Amino acid sequence: MIDYAIASFPSGAGPRAGDAVSLKGVTKRYDRDVAALGPVDFNVRKGDFVSLLGPSGCGKSTALRIIAGLSEPTSGRVQLAGGGRSIGFVFQEPTLMPWATVRDNVALPLKLSRPRGADIGARVEVALARVGLAEFAAAYPRQLSGGMKMRVSLARALVTDPDVLLMDEPFAALDEITRFHLNNDLLALWRGLRKTVIFVTHSVFESVYLSRRVVVMTPRPGRICAEYAIDTAEPRSEDFRTSAEYAAYCREVSAALSRAVAGRAPR
Amino acid sequence: MTSPSPPPPTGSEASARDSLAPAVRVLLSLAVLGAGVLAWDALVRFKDIPPYVLPGPGLVAATLVQDWPILWRSLLTTLLTTMEGFIAAAIGGIALALLFNQSKWLEQALLPYAIILQVTPVIAIAPLLLIYLPQQTAVVVCAWIVAFFPVLSNTTLGLNSVDRNLAGLFRLYGASRMQTLRYLKLPAALPHILGGLRIAGGLSLIGAVVAEIAAGSAGAGSGLAYRIAESGYRLNIPRMFAALLLLSMAGVAIYMCLAAVSHLMLRRWHESALGKEK
Repeated sequence: MIDYAIASFPSGAGPRAGDAVSLKGVTKRYDRDVAALGPVDFNVRKGDFVSLLGPSGCGKSTALRIIAGLSEPTSGRVQLAGGGRSIGFVFQEPTLMPWATVRDNVALPLKLSRPRGADIGARVEVALARVGLAEFAAAYPRQLSGGMKMRVSLARALVTDPDVLLMDEPFAALDEITRFHLNNDLLALWRGLRKTVIFVTHSVFESVYLSRRVVVMTPRPGRICAEYAIDTAEPRSEDFRTSAEYAAYCREVSAALSRAVAGRAPR
Repeated sequence: MTSPSPPPPTGSEASARDSLAPAVRVLLSLAVLGAGVLAWDALVRFKDIPPYVLPGPGLVAATLVQDWPILWRSLLTTLLTTMEGFIAAAIGGIALALLFNQSKWLEQALLPYAIILQVTPVIAIAPLLLIYLPQQTAVVVCAWIVAFFPVLSNTTLGLNSVDRNLAGLFRLYGASRMQTLRYLKLPAALPHILGGLRIAGGLSLIGAVVAEIAAGSAGAGSGLAYRIAESGYRLNIPRMFAALLLLSMAGVAIYMCLAAVSHLMLRRWHESALGKEK
């Protein structure tokens, strides 16, 4: 269903080599007149961690769903390296099947796409161990806390070993302590696995803490109005959260977000 | 390593508190029943009501024992009809809902007729069915007509109430129609389907009884409803009461069986079953 994304670009307009995701003039309209998104031009390099930051309803989730092929763009092109089969998606809600155990929930992507020669059981164990839930494989979702459910959701997204991980405000519904914890775990996973991550959030602090690139979007229709590279010493740790450098980045990004909301965004 | 050790959601105090509640509930129901029977008995004794108008509880019980061979056979006949109607309704309702779910065209074409069949009182259809069909078939068809619609509409509701994001996830991983049906839609619809079946159980008994009553005057029948009608004509009121008692007990038993099945199938994950366990 992401076939439109595989179409090759005319020369010159195409993505640079080494891009995992490339959006070209992508727009989305609902009904006749409600413009939700764009036009958006946007490239993400392989292995990068990019946040899409914007106010509620700015179309950042729509952009993510379009990249995943869950929603069709009204116009424009999306290109994914490898033809787009290799995507993991984490929703804002854990979105688990309540009737299935943690193990079966995580195994779902493998059961549906049946990659050749995959040992489903072993891969599920690995994915669960990565998010620290190996001993909860037989539990049902209702027995887990909100943070643990989110970890299951993350394990499910990782189990197919995708090139690109798309995350739609995954920690927005969690309490701050759990969120900080999961932020660090996500960074550790990203350092270890070097996936390309596109992370949608409305939190300035989260975007600066996690990503190497923050893309700020305007309210509806969502457009990209500013970009910041967060160049700091890797690996990041909790110390980064309290550093002057972090505060300076947050102030800068925050100001850009305020301008975007106020409609005085630079084009 | 992988020792499944999820904390059980029940505390010992909670279960101790709740183990008392059902006992109290049962005692309460029994007390009401006892009081009702005593009042009934007192009414018949003091007003000196003749048994062909209102038999006392003692006489009804005696009749139940005395006429047991006849009543037992009739009960089996009615239960068999009910079961056939119920199974046909379950299969028909679920299958039709699955078809509707796969094809909107089919749903648009057939749903109006399913509704017409449902809203037309079965007591009015039964005599016609008895003319065109062999009696036993007509009785089963009646039970089916009354019972299948709740299964159909509940299953449809369940199949349509699948989490949007979960459905998106299935599309993302390229799930086939069959996979989506088997791993997503059917499990998601299961609580609704079981709810529909619970209603259908009671309704198929009603359908069977209605058809038996309608067939009664034509003779040949031997179900419990037929016994009630027959006893009415013969002014054998105690047997009428005994048959009625059996019939309502059968209804309660059917409901309890289906509720137990539903509970067993959902107890590990669904809120409705968890509520009872708490």
